[in-house]
Amino acid sequence: MANIVASVNVSHVPAIGAAWDNGKKNDPYWQPVFDGFDFSKKWIAELKPDVIILVYNDHASAFDATIIPTFALGCAPEFPPADEGWGPRPVPTVIGHPVMASHIAQSVILDEFDLTIINRMDVDHGLTVPLTLMFGQPAEWPCRIIPLAVNVVQFPPPTGNRCWNLGKALRRAVESYPEDLRVVIFGTGGMSHQLQGPRAGLINKEWDQQFLDSLAADGQTARAIPFIEYVRETGSEGIEMVMWLIARGALDDKVREVYRFYHVPCSNTALGHLILENASFSK
Amino acid sequence: MSDDTVRKEPIEGFDDVPGTTLFDAQRARQGYHVNMFCMSLMKAENRAEFKADEEKYLRKWPLTEEQRKAILGRNWQRMIELGGNIYYLSKLFSTDGKSFQYVAATMTGLTQEQYAQMMLDGGRPIDGNRSKSEWQARGSK
Repeated sequence: MANIVASVNVSHVPAIGAAWDNGKKNDPYWQPVFDGFDFSKKWIAELKPDVIILVYNDHASAFDATIIPTFALGCAPEFPPADEGWGPRPVPTVIGHPVMASHIAQSVILDEFDLTIINRMDVDHGLTVPLTLMFGQPAEWPCRIIPLAVNVVQFPPPTGNRCWNLGKALRRAVESYPEDLRVVIFGTGGMSHQLQGPRAGLINKEWDQQFLDSLAADGQTARAIPFIEYVRETGSEGIEMVMWLIARGALDDKVREVYRFYHVPCSNTALGHLILENASFSK
Repeated sequence: MSDDTVRKEPIEGFDDVPGTTLFDAQRARQGYHVNMFCMSLMKAENRAEFKADEEKYLRKWPLTEEQRKAILGRNWQRMIELGGNIYYLSKLFSTDGKSFQYVAATMTGLTQEQYAQMMLDGGRPIDGNRSKSEWQARGSK
């Protein structure tokens, strides 16, 4: 059977992709950001996942205001990088896993998560920046990737608890897939940031660290955080962190913290990164 | 019902968060055409047409007069208040060759340099920025 063995949480700041694509990765501003992923690159290269379920949000790229799905699962064979208005990022096309994704869709819908099925979708920086940080610049991404897009742009987004429970349903879906596949789930976005209004530029290091601490423990404190607390404490765009709870919900109650990285500033944002392995998993 | 109706369904506690506009379902409805206009700028030919004659291009969308003025004047904060969302507006400021930091700075009353320095210094601190009463207490904004 297939198994989710670990989670990777990571911010997906678009300026990271622009810095990488424009050869600025050794600039003094960017070098500490990319150095923060040296361990992570080695870790995932050794782990060799077969499939990544990549939880992210679209930023008015594939979806516009006409259709706003709360949860949308990518079931296509492939997902090209999106043109976000300045040309697509020069990164490989994302190769999906339509057979497994269709199984997951069926399983979670019967498990009462009425998600949207997407058979054609371009993927923006929300999905490709985490891949760049974890894999650098390969000719092709080293595994299959199943995108799960979550609406966190038009409020209210799904609650943290709903996201947690979707993670549980994803786990049941993966574990009922007959093929022996090693799966890693990515939860992306965050951490504290606000991109609009007179309060723009808000960063809340203490809150971010408590959130990381909770995920590294049993996640129960983070799971119960209400919508308004994210907005007040972490800024209007900090709400992206609910997506980290989908990844945490998909893991064991007991996890090992493998790696943590936190850096301010990354453009307008606090960059956070956390790798957790299931306690039950041994390599 | 007029299209510029303000938000009727506040999320509990939200109205106490200072300096922040909530892009909820009602505001998204209000800003639908602002945001769809911005999306049209994803295409190079539309960007060229917009740049050639902004007022003419904007007539394709049933915007309110206030929205039209805010767009033409690049009043980013006003666009947000009238239902624009920052990710949609990014298509417009990218067309202008401007960055997220530039636009964020204009909404805070800081210069881009001051804003960038604030971020390098660790960002805007949360203490003093949690609630409207804190802003009133220190007599700013």
